[in-house]
Order: sequence, then structure tokens, then C-alpha cells
Amino acid sequence: MIKTVIKKGAYFDSVSLMQVAKKLNSVRGVSDSAVVMATKENKGIIKASGLLTREILDAGDNDLAIAVRASTPAAADAAFAAAEELLNRKPSRDLTGGERKAAGLEDAVKSLPGANMAIVSVAGRFAGPLAADCLEKGLNVMLFSDNVPLETELELKKAALRKGLLVMGPDCGTAIINGVPLAFANSVRRGNIGVVAASGTGAQEVTSLISNEGAGISQCIGTGGRDVKLEVGALTFLQGLKLLATDPATEVILLVSKPPHRSILKRISAEIKRVKKPVVAVFLGGEVGERVKGDFYPARTLEEAAFKAAALGKGQEVNKARELIYDLNLKAGELARKEAAKKKNSRFLRGLFSGGTFVSEAQVILPELIGKVLSNAPLDKKHKLADSMELSGHSVIDLGEDEFTVGRPHPMIDFTLRDKLIVSEAGNPAVSVLLLDLVLGYGSNPKPLDDILPALREAFRANKELSVVASVTGTEADPQVRSRVVKGLEAAGVLVMPSNAGACRLAGEIIRLSVKR
Amino acid sequence: MKLFESELKVVNIGLESFRQGLNDSGVKNVQAQFKPPLSAETSLFARTAKRAARITRANKKALDRILAARPALVGMGIALDVVPGMRKDLILHAGPPVSWEKMCGPMRGGVMAALMYEGMAKTPGEAARLAASGKIKYAPCHEHGAVGPMAGIVSASMPVFIVKDEAHGNYSYATQNEGLGKVLRYGAYSTEVIERLNWMEKELYPALKSALEFLGRIDLKTMVAQALHMGDEVHNRNRAGTSLFYRAIAPAVIRTCKDPERAAKALDFINGNDHFFLNLSMALSKASLDAGRNVKDSSLVVVMARNGTEFGVQLSGTGGRWFTGPAPVPDALYFPGYSKADANPDIGDSAITETNGLGGFAIAAAPAIVQFVGGSASDAAGYTLAMYGITAGESDSYKIPSLDFRGTPTGIDVIKVAKTGVLPFIDTGVAHKDPGVGQVGAGVLSAPPEPFARAFEHFARSLK
Repeated sequence: MIKTVIKKGAYFDSVSLMQVAKKLNSVRGVSDSAVVMATKENKGIIKASGLLTREILDAGDNDLAIAVRASTPAAADAAFAAAEELLNRKPSRDLTGGERKAAGLEDAVKSLPGANMAIVSVAGRFAGPLAADCLEKGLNVMLFSDNVPLETELELKKAALRKGLLVMGPDCGTAIINGVPLAFANSVRRGNIGVVAASGTGAQEVTSLISNEGAGISQCIGTGGRDVKLEVGALTFLQGLKLLATDPATEVILLVSKPPHRSILKRISAEIKRVKKPVVAVFLGGEVGERVKGDFYPARTLEEAAFKAAALGKGQEVNKARELIYDLNLKAGELARKEAAKKKNSRFLRGLFSGGTFVSEAQVILPELIGKVLSNAPLDKKHKLADSMELSGHSVIDLGEDEFTVGRPHPMIDFTLRDKLIVSEAGNPAVSVLLLDLVLGYGSNPKPLDDILPALREAFRANKELSVVASVTGTEADPQVRSRVVKGLEAAGVLVMPSNAGACRLAGEIIRLSVKR
Repeated sequence: MKLFESELKVVNIGLESFRQGLNDSGVKNVQAQFKPPLSAETSLFARTAKRAARITRANKKALDRILAARPALVGMGIALDVVPGMRKDLILHAGPPVSWEKMCGPMRGGVMAALMYEGMAKTPGEAARLAASGKIKYAPCHEHGAVGPMAGIVSASMPVFIVKDEAHGNYSYATQNEGLGKVLRYGAYSTEVIERLNWMEKELYPALKSALEFLGRIDLKTMVAQALHMGDEVHNRNRAGTSLFYRAIAPAVIRTCKDPERAAKALDFINGNDHFFLNLSMALSKASLDAGRNVKDSSLVVVMARNGTEFGVQLSGTGGRWFTGPAPVPDALYFPGYSKADANPDIGDSAITETNGLGGFAIAAAPAIVQFVGGSASDAAGYTLAMYGITAGESDSYKIPSLDFRGTPTGIDVIKVAKTGVLPFIDTGVAHKDPGVGQVGAGVLSAPPEPFARAFEHFARSLK
């Protein structure tokens, strides 16, 4: 049965609501739930899950709708009671240090003299005007919210340029400013490498790898993925590049993005030429065709880019990066041979990713080892999976795509969906290698081992030939502590690599060698 | 870039979990609450933003007048003689205009009590018929310079306090508070109610009137300022204000009242009613806010009032126009034997105190009543602090000791309310929904959004 409760005029941000929904699903007798503001978009979303009741249809934008599919009325009531408690829970004192919340932006700015940055993560339809107000008050903005209209993004970015402020985003997940991790970011060393990234996961990967290599980050400016599209014209990307070019603490610049539009790439190249500092760039799946300048270093993977930047940052030869990767490959080769030896009938690779940029990177690396790779987020449209939930052949999927995330938290926080897929894919005897990413740091799942190990154990039990290869993005200073997570995964039988590129190469190599046999 | 050379200080709006990274890095940060704006018409916000300088100037002018007001109790009189526009067939009530048909139970009860008190009806049934006959006219107290708690009924023969804003020369009026229990303002109309009203007219009023004539005036502004330092917010708690008033009036009553027994009864009545001062703090607020009326382009709220059916708002810049919406039922602490199911929607002109920066806006000053707002003094402080986000300024007279004597948040700006979605916070008593039962609880509530949304939209649209 499906039961609904509508709470009129109660506003909660969507992430809080999704956290509530997640908890409701764990109530005994509840098989599915939705806790959403009854907006038109949300009604569309929950329609798919079959939870769209008459009451929800009749509710309005400012009403909170709670729907549960439960086996008994008692179970539904228990879920509603749980929801009530979660929604009314007061923030713990220690989080706020006993201090109060500001009533709104104006109040906040008054109570924090000298405020210079706003992190905005409210629902997209409110985020634009709010970000504009932040700029008006002289604040730089990290705009985490997505679903902000394109024209709003343009207006915000133009206003920011006029005022000499930064608007990072919309849909910007990661930034590190003055050594401080903002939103989904890792605790990295400070140093002389400045990053501009149009990809949040990409930024997390390169800053963590650089830090783990003993180099450090001066600033990491996020732009949001749409910035490098033709319509926005890389306004923030170019602004960030210029800022780093004149920042005395930045000696090396690293650019990270999916391939920008051709004409935009030209503009970026022209700007790079003017920079009197070495510039490393990775445009995943694309290339900078021309020779930009003497100290410009293109890279194919995030790993290569990070290692090159780290070498330059430490004053080493840039070739040091190639040596590093060569050494890693040597070790991976040995591991791959061992793994390949246990394969008899299985032959497919399945990549289950929480970071979208890692899916791109996998498609850059894997094809030359194992041939055609399908994806729900293909670099080449020809390789699109017919059904994102039906993996076939060698395939890699981005679980952070909208089709999976509506109504539930991002897969870096909530492992439920991936855990299900780990178990179901391992249950297919043709599957030989599972390729995973674990992204640590602020914002991500605080207890990744607790949430993933049960699924992995079940997978290994079900499939005796299975290899699981994973990368762990993060540092020792992250709240989850990288080495602890690595140890836990290895103890469970997972082959852990220092980077996603490394994990892709190992996974591909295992398949390549076992097919040869 | 300046940002790179400055200490990072972050305002976090949305996901609170993002503060962990900031706190771990030792970065100063503040969480700003986010609520959706009250109006979905973003163009209207742009309209007001474009004219922000002009509106800010107008609001400053209105607020300066409100703060400069010097309300003093200067005398007493009979409503028919002193309240502007008062007539024998007119009954004033709390809140925005409402017809007999739409009146809630307690307000109808109050009207019936008044008609019996005026001698226009002998029985409740007769009173109800007369009230519905069309022979009796109804008007908001606010449209006659008056304010009344709960049902807010003022009829022709009722004695009223006369409060004068000595800075600007305007007047306001309020009846004498009847005390708790079965009283007219909660819709009670039994014989004891009428008898008490008669006593208040025949004995209490003359005693207080002569005492006031003897004293000349009582400065209400300093009295309220002192009451805040003594634990009142002068809406739900008036114990200090009542005591201060008693100290001021008692010697004069003794001197002027010829019959010691009468004097003692009058003083005992005040002494026995902790809310006696409420009507005075309301009249003081009314006189102050009326001074801030009719400032062109000002978006300040000069009236918040409820009639038990609707909640109404008036702005300085939009004249006598009411903006209304349904009155909510307060989330209150109920007296034993009663629950929210018994409660009438919010009622009374007493939200004039909040409009003036007192009551719920000053609840941080009243630790004795924090059980209404979650039980801790910091909860109360939180409510007061939140109101600074929607007000144009701070009082230079009414100060809160626990906030280092910060002035109370004063001058509700409807633009700020509409934009932040933060609604004025109001202390209130709760009437039973049936006439004649009386008070069933007390508590707090946020004002409903509709009147403010409507006021904002009208204000923004009519800006030149």
C-alpha cells in the first residue's frame, strides 16, 4: 500500500529530505519512500516510482510531501513518525558551537564582518537570485546548486566579472580556496600549484594525487561543467586562469576539463600563451592540437596531469611523471597476471562509478586494452548503452547521472544503488572484473567501508573468478583517512590503485591477459 | 585577487554538512537559514531593488519618527466622547475589517457582551439578533486610533486610556484590561462579565481618571524601557510593567479617591491582574507606529492585527489599505483539559507590540516565559536575533540586557520579510473557539505568509 502525508508550507532543502527518505527505506516493512517538496519537477520524478498519489498531485510548491510504500499501515505510520522526528531534529550543539543561525543573507553578513565567500546549495530555482544577492553584498560565490538556468549563469558570471568577484558554478562540487576545502573537497597540502577545474571529481583527483606526491595546491577554482560550453564561453575558466597567472603563490597552473567547445578551446589556448608560468592541461577525451607554448604540457589522463604538475611544482623534470607511471604499470602488470590466471569463463569488465569524470577517463584508457566499451555517458555517442540499468559487454556507468540521482543523494554519499549493482553484476558469471571508484573527503560518505564492504563480500562469495579493482581518491588528512580505507578494501580482497587511471589500466590489463589465455 | 590575500570567511547557505570542512580548517563561518521568498514574482524584487535608495530613505524617515515618538498616558475618557468617529451604534473590534457573519466565536461573544453592557440587549439571544440585524456597525479599532487585546471590543460607554505621542501630537486609545478568566475580550458574556465591566466604568475608571488628572501624565516610554530590564516583553509578560504602573498611580489614587474602600478595590484590581499593563503597552505601540504612517515609498509595517478569522497588515507607504490572509491557529502551551482542537485562530490587536519591536521581538528580555519558545534562554535570544534580519533598525530606548543592551529589532520591512521568508514572531494568548469559555492557552507563532506576500506585491507594483 502507498500512504501519503502532506505538510503545508513546510520548506526543507532537498538534500535533507533525501537523507530522510534514505532513513525511511530502512524502516521495517517499508519498501520505498519519497520525501519531496511537491514541485512540478518532483511530481514528475516520483511518478516514475509509482508514489505519486492524488494528495501529492494536489499539493503545491511550498508543501512537503511524504509518501511511503509499506506492507502494513503500522509500518507506514512508523515511517511517518520517523520522518517527523528526523525533520524536527535540531542541529546538534557541537556542530554550531552553540551559536545561532543567521536569519538570512543580510543577517549573516552582518554577523560575520569581512565575509568574502558564500557557499550556496539551495534548490536551483532559488539559487540564482540568492547568488546575485551574494555578489551584491561583495561575496564571492561557490554555487553548488544545479538546475540553474543558463541565462542566470551568464548574468551571474558577467556581474561577477564586473565586480572582480568569482562565481564558481552552478553545479560546482569542488573548490579549495586559501587552503580551505569547500563542499566536496579533500584536505590537501598547500603549495604552488593552482588548479582551474570544470569538473568536481577531476579536481578532487588531481589535488589529492598532487598532495599525495608531496607537492601542494595554492588555489583550486571550480567553474561548473557548463562553463566551457559555447554558450557560457568559459567566463570563469578564463577568469580563473588569469587570477592564477597573477597570483604570486601560484608557480604552476593545472587546467582540468572535459573537452571545451572548439572555439572556446581557441580562446583558452590564446590565454595560456600569455601566461608566464608553466601550464599543464587535461581535456579528457579531447586534445589540444596545436603547440601552444614551450612550457605547456598537455596530458591525456588526470593522473598524468597531476604527476606532471607535481613534478613541476617540486622543481623536477616533467619526465619524472612518465617514470612514475611506468613504475606503477610494472607493479600493476604483475598483479594483472596473477588475477588473469584464475579466470576460466568470465570475460567482461563492468565499471560502476560515482565520479562522472572517472567514467570519461576510463573511456580514454580502456579501449586500447580491451576494445569497445559501452557507457551511459559515452565519449562517443556510438557507444551509448541502450539501457543504463542493463549493462552489457564491457561497460562503465556514471551513477551520478541525473537518471540515477533524482530523489536520492549523490552516489558519493549514498552507496545503496551501487551496492545493489555490485551484487547483481557479480552474480553474472560472465563478469570478470568490477572497476570502482571511492571518493573521500568532505561532503562524501563519512563511513565508506561500512557501506561498501558487505556488498563486496557478497560479490566475492557469488563469483569465484571475480576481481575487484578500485581507486581511492583522497588523502591521509581527509576525515575518512585514505590509508584506513585502502587497508579495509585490501583486506576484503580488493585491488586498490592510487589513481583512477591506474585502476583502469589494471582492470583493462586483467581482461586483456585473461582473454589472451 | 583580494580573496587570495584575505582571511577566508564563509557564509554557508543550504547544506549544513559543508561546514565540517570549514570548521576543521578553523575558518570563520556562519550558517544562514534559507527559506523561499514569499513571492514568486522575481521581477517585483528587481523593482524594489532598483529603487532601493529611495525606499531606504523613506524607511529611515518612518523609523526615525517611530523611534522619536514619546507616548505618555495623559488621561482617560469615555469612548463616545474621545475616540474619533465613535458612535452609539458602532462597535470597534480587533484586526482587519470583518462582518458579523465571518466573525469567530470569541469575537461574536465579545460583541454580544458589549451590547448587553450598553443596555441595548437584555439576553444573549437578543444581543445576537441585534448584532446580526444590520443596525450595529463594525469597524477595526485601528481605523479609530484604538487598539484592543483579543476580541478588542470597544463600545460607546467604555472608558479608555488616552495616550499621546508628545513628539508628534497624535493620540491612541485602549480600554482598561479586565483581568483573566471569564472576560469579554475572550468572548465571555455571562452576568459576572457585564457586572465587572460596570464596576470598571463606575468605580475603577473614576479612581484612575482623577489620579491621572492629579499626576498630569505618566511617561509610558521609560516605563516600558524599564519593564524590559525587569523581565517583561510587555505582551505575554506584563508583571514588571504592571508593578511600575502601580507604583506610579497608587499614591495619586490614595490622594484623589475620597472613599478609601474604593481606592483599595481599584488598586487591588490592578495588583491582582498581571496583564493590566498590556493595554497600555499596546496603546504606546499604536501611538508610536501611527507617527510612522503615510511616508511615501516606505515599506515598513505599521500594523499587524488579527480578528480571529484573518490576519491583517498595513504599511506606512500604502495608507489605510489592509493586506490580509487567514489567521493561523497558534502552537501553544494549553491549560490542562484543553488542546489545539479547542483553539480559535489567532486574534487581537496585541501584535501591535511586535510591530513596535516589543513582545515576540523582545522575547530575549523575558527569560521567565521561555517555556513558550523551547525552554532555554538561548532559544528566546535566537528568536529575537532572527528578527533583526527583517527590521530596518533597532530601538534607541528599548534595550535587552542579555544581548548586551542591544536595542530591540524595530521597523518590520515587508521587502525583507518577502525576500527572506522569515516571518514576524508573535507572542500570543489563545482564546477558546467557542464564545464565553475564555483563554485556553498561551504561546507563540509566526505570522502567516499571505498578508506579507500581498502587501509586498502591492507595494512593489505601485512603486513609481
